[in-house]
Formats: sequence, C-alpha cells, structure tokens
Amino acid sequence: MHELSVCQALLAQVEQVARENAAHSVEKVVLRIGPLSGVEPRLLQDAFPIARAGTVAASAELVIEELPLTVRCQNCGAETAAAPNRLICGACGDWHTQLISGDELLLASIELTKS
Amino acid sequence: MCDTCGCNITPGNKHLIEAGGKLSHSADGKAAVEVLHGLLGENDQQAAHNREHLEKHGVLAINLMSSPGAGKTALLEATIAAMKDELRIAVIEGDLETENDAERIRAQGVPAIQITTGSACHLDAHMVHDALHHLDLAKIDLLFIENVGNLVCPASFDLGQHRNVVLLSTTEGDDKPAKYPVMFRAADLLLLTKSDLLAVLDDFDPARAEQHLRQLANAAPVLQLSARKGAGMDAWFGWLRAETAARRAAARKLRPAERFNGVFRV
Repeated sequence: MHELSVCQALLAQVEQVARENAAHSVEKVVLRIGPLSGVEPRLLQDAFPIARAGTVAASAELVIEELPLTVRCQNCGAETAAAPNRLICGACGDWHTQLISGDELLLASIELTKS
Repeated sequence: MCDTCGCNITPGNKHLIEAGGKLSHSADGKAAVEVLHGLLGENDQQAAHNREHLEKHGVLAINLMSSPGAGKTALLEATIAAMKDELRIAVIEGDLETENDAERIRAQGVPAIQITTGSACHLDAHMVHDALHHLDLAKIDLLFIENVGNLVCPASFDLGQHRNVVLLSTTEGDDKPAKYPVMFRAADLLLLTKSDLLAVLDDFDPARAEQHLRQLANAAPVLQLSARKGAGMDAWFGWLRAETAARRAAARKLRPAERFNGVFRV
C-alpha cells in the first residue's frame, strides 16, 4: 500500500513541470501503468485527491491508461499477451520470455493552463 | 523496472515518447506537455547513488525479502555464525518497530543498523542511504539489507542492492509466486526455507513452487534449506562466496591498473 507515496512523488513531478512551463493550474494528469508495476490504479485514484490538495494541481483530473502485458518468446520469437502470474509464451508455452510491456509506472503527460 | 535510469522505457512503449505524440494539444486549446518520467525517479536516483557508493568499496549488497516469519533473521544468524571469519558482514534491518532483529544480529558480533519505518511497509533508497552513513564500508565485504516482511511493497523499490534474495518458507504454501508475481519476478535467488518441516507438511511441493517461479519467466536458482537444522546451507554459502568474489573482481576493475617496472599490478 504505497499508492499515497507514489501520488506524492507524482505531484512533486507535476509541480516541477508546471513551474517549468509557467503554468497557472494543472487540468489533467495522465499516467500509464502496467499490471506488473506494483501499483493499483484504483488505489491511486483514491489517493490522488488527498495528495493534490493545496498544490498547483488542486483541481486536476487523474487519467490512468492501463498498459497491456506483453512478452516476447526467446524460443519461438512470438510476441503475445500474458497474465501477471503467467509470463509464458502464448504461442509455444515456453517460459523463457522477456517482458516487452507491463511494468511501467509513468507520468505520461500533463494538461495545463498558462497564466 | 529499468535498473539504470528508472525511466521504464521499453520497446513496447518507446513510441509514446517520440515527437508528435498524440497528446501535444487538447481540443479546448489548453497546453498539453509530454513528460514520461518514471514515478519512482527520485528513489531510483538515490538507489543508483547507493549502488555506486557500495561498488566503490567492493561491497556486495543483498536485499532479503519475504513475508514476515519466513526466517530472514534466523538465516542471517546462521550465515553470520558460519561465515564471519571468512567475510566481513554487516546488516541493515528494516522493521516497523523495535530493535529486536538488530540486537539478534549484533549478538553474532557484526554491525547492524536498525531502520524503524513506523507504518511504512517497505524500505526505500533514502532510508538505506541514511543507514549506510552509520557503517564503515571500507570494513565490509557483504551487506545484507533485511527488508520489511511483506511480499508486496518492497518489490517496487530499488535500494541500490546488487541481488534480490526472496525467501519462501514451507509453511506458507507453494503457490506464493503465483499469488505475488511482482515480488517473485524480482528474485535473483529463491530460498525455500524451513525445509526440515517438509516431512510433516503434505501441501508444500518444492517442484510446484519452482514451477510457479518459472511461469514468471524467472530462471533464478532455487535452493532448499533449514537455517535452524543446518540443512542445505552449503549451497547458500557457495552462492554467497561466488557473488562476493564477482563483486570484488568488478571493484578491482574499476581502479586503473598500476604500471610498475613494466609490470601491470592489479
């Protein structure tokens, strides 16, 4: 349960970007999160209103884009979808795979109003 | 997560950061700014600094993770008792409250720094950095960081360690890797602890535990041991010897070879 501290790190970055762009306020914050990031989107949504209070993003909306879990097989080369606890190749079933997407925890973009 | 810069950029999401991203302007004229930072960037930066600091001194740092009661402290006690004449060992202990574990380690005659996290469920790189300031790294070969007992949060925070060792005790069930994939995916070594209890437990199959680990695309070695009975400990000591030797060799490579009378001394 570290979503609140992740939210605080998020707001610190949002405030920095807002300063760099001489923004008056932040309207929207877009995150991209993979299922293996160790962070729960729903809990982040709950923590966000607490963390944004009193910041330049006090009225900002949080948009979370959930990224797919994809692996590439080192045996047959196929790129397939996977489940968080079954990272095996969807084509040949081999477990020698490499994660292509799914562990991201990214602040993707910010929409802001300039003063 | 990306170990070097914390940016989390993979071939699967790289297109998102390239010019002309779809979020450059919004319909109502508000400015949209592409950022794409890893949200744990600050932690990862501190972790990289910790790792650099450890490597300069040739210290191997191992992050020990497990659920509470899997036997991390008992493993450390047995490891220190067997290896303290061979390797200079120190321990950083993470718990919500009490100095109990640090006291158990100090009783073995090695330095132990206790971090009490209050209600935080994991250690982070900044806490470890503060603890490192209380240790003389020039006098340490092997640093164990005993993380807070928790199979969820510690997996998300890089501390600056070189290896993750995850303990799974036989009393917990062999399907833990399937239930806690983020943690077990991060393991460089899986220790099946309390193996002496296998004889009386009919629901823990070491082969099944290993199979669940492989399904996370993790090729880490799996060792069975009992710290209390001393079974299987030699393989664990062997792994530690090989890893500390590799870290020392890497540290020597960091220093330029000295030229002396036409002979390279390393």
